[in-house]
Amino acid sequence: MPRILAIVGTDAAAEAMRQIDPEVVAVYPITPQTAVVEKFAEYVADGVVNTEMINVESEHSAMSACIGAAAAGGRVMTATSSQGLALMWEELYVAAGLRLPIVMTNVNRSLSAPINIHCDHSDSMGARDSGWIQLYSENAQELYDNLLQAVRIAEHPEVRLPVMVCVDGFIISHAIDRVEVLDDDRARAFLGDYVSLPGYSLLDAAQPVSIGMFDGLYGYYYEAKRAQEEAMARALTVIKEIGEEYRQVSGRGYGFWEEYGLEGAETCVVALNSACGTIRSRLKEWRARGAKIGLLKLRVFRPWPGEELARRLAEFKTVAVFDRAVTLAGGKGGPLCGEIAATLYGQAHRPRLVNYVYGLGGRDLTQALVDQALEELAAMPAVPEPMLPVRYLGLHA
Amino acid sequence: MAHATGIKYLKEKSLPLMWCPGCGNGIVLGALVRAFEELGLKKHETVVVTGIGCWGKADDYLLTNALHTTHGRALAFATGIKAYQPGLNVVVLMGDGDGVTIGGNHFLHAARRNIDLTAVVVNNYNYGMTGGQVSGTTPAEHYTTTTVYGNPERELDPCAVAAAAGANYVARGTAYHGWELKEMIKEAITKKGFSLVEVASPCPTHYGRYNEMKTALAMLRWLKEKAVPLKTYEQLEEPEKEGCFPVGRLVSRDAPDFNARY
Repeated sequence: MPRILAIVGTDAAAEAMRQIDPEVVAVYPITPQTAVVEKFAEYVADGVVNTEMINVESEHSAMSACIGAAAAGGRVMTATSSQGLALMWEELYVAAGLRLPIVMTNVNRSLSAPINIHCDHSDSMGARDSGWIQLYSENAQELYDNLLQAVRIAEHPEVRLPVMVCVDGFIISHAIDRVEVLDDDRARAFLGDYVSLPGYSLLDAAQPVSIGMFDGLYGYYYEAKRAQEEAMARALTVIKEIGEEYRQVSGRGYGFWEEYGLEGAETCVVALNSACGTIRSRLKEWRARGAKIGLLKLRVFRPWPGEELARRLAEFKTVAVFDRAVTLAGGKGGPLCGEIAATLYGQAHRPRLVNYVYGLGGRDLTQALVDQALEELAAMPAVPEPMLPVRYLGLHA
Repeated sequence: MAHATGIKYLKEKSLPLMWCPGCGNGIVLGALVRAFEELGLKKHETVVVTGIGCWGKADDYLLTNALHTTHGRALAFATGIKAYQPGLNVVVLMGDGDGVTIGGNHFLHAARRNIDLTAVVVNNYNYGMTGGQVSGTTPAEHYTTTTVYGNPERELDPCAVAAAAGANYVARGTAYHGWELKEMIKEAITKKGFSLVEVASPCPTHYGRYNEMKTALAMLRWLKEKAVPLKTYEQLEEPEKEGCFPVGRLVSRDAPDFNARY
């Protein structure tokens, strides 16, 4: 029987980690992620997991230790936020380049300066080209579900890439949510045992290998990078398969995105994470009044499900992309909109694209702000026009 | 003669302090600004550089120049300031997590470089700001939120590290000994080369609560009992040194500093 818990987001991550029972967890505290490792430290101390937990001296060391443990053949996890993720930067590329299936919770928080501890997506968006798979979670339930699936995706022989599961700092991490968790036997049957692939383990005494060596000037670096891209592309299929398998186990299925009210819609709002809850609650009312507008909540940002997404988005007259990060390129808007614009380029019909930047440094996305955007979208003339300049929701004058 | 209050260095509108009741940071801040006043430091010639942590928020209250930086890197930022503007008084405020755990490498090399900075490291034996996790100075076997059955690792001694790495001035004080602390900070600022003042400080909210010292009084008493003047400490037998630490000026030498050598 699944258990229904009322827990904060960070506890949902810790609960998933308890069931995953990784061999090694190397962590460093950072707001708002800290509560994940605190809860998990209790599990370690109580002996309910078999994990060796290392309280290292920085996030750089945390990811380095994870890489070492994963290269030694272990199932390995960590968690971080913001500056912590930034400090891991160098090692993020190493983890992906060495094809190590590390799974990490990233509790989204803005990046300094000025210092700010609240939510935006600058941290994970900055890491979008590091070779990590990125799954986004609207609430604590999705965080839990994504973490269990992340282990399977990362360890899949066709993939072998690290996975980052993102969730909004404070808004979800520190709020109590209803979370349905699998019973332990079911979760563990779904997770299965980690089988280290031959040739991937440093601790294979019968067949020792060297990994990450200097490739020389005319070596295999280029090919290794291309192989990573191919693995990323294969991950698309694997993510779908595992999302479907998870549906069988839990009753909750996962794909690349989730739709709300898009049947017959002319305008599609695209967003990530917790903002989708606020947007959906407004859309409910707007749709009851007959507005032809719906929501596409993107779950998989890396790998980029471009082909399918382009086909779907080309069906609308207007696509409004909500970005909780900016590219700081001089008013070009957010990274999500940039990706979508590039994706739509090859389509015969290109919908009008509007980019709403919102919520930087934890600025609230209120229902009133969503309404402001929806009113503007509703008032736009029917004739499509080129991409509109970026809007900044909730920016003080 | 009226004693220095240091009030002219404080943003009075930011008071009262945001730190928890029983925190030692207010005492250390008081000692710092009194030291500034007694040395006659000019606000525009003084830069306070902070990292991240409870003590790193001290710059919220100061009217000197201030650069609020990233976790663990305050000394690296300060090195840049001092290299380009050697005339400035550069005071670096860090906690034990910031200064000697995540920032341990910078600490080591600032001391080795013997650059004329004054580091005031408030050691409250845990990561206070994030809720009391184990840090590099948490004593072995003590409890934190990430070492709930006791810390299996040993603690780092920041003074010993700075002394070994080549700092010109190393002193240890406590938040219990406010007057002496002010005098140490004055010596540290005056001394050319890298100076460290480590301040053993109470954190009843987290560290104390997990280690049977949940009141400020209990923590201050603990610090008072642990702190032994250097001369007395040196005469103790090895087993007697367990559980206490020497306070006062531990190292004072005049090796040429970075700017002099450069």
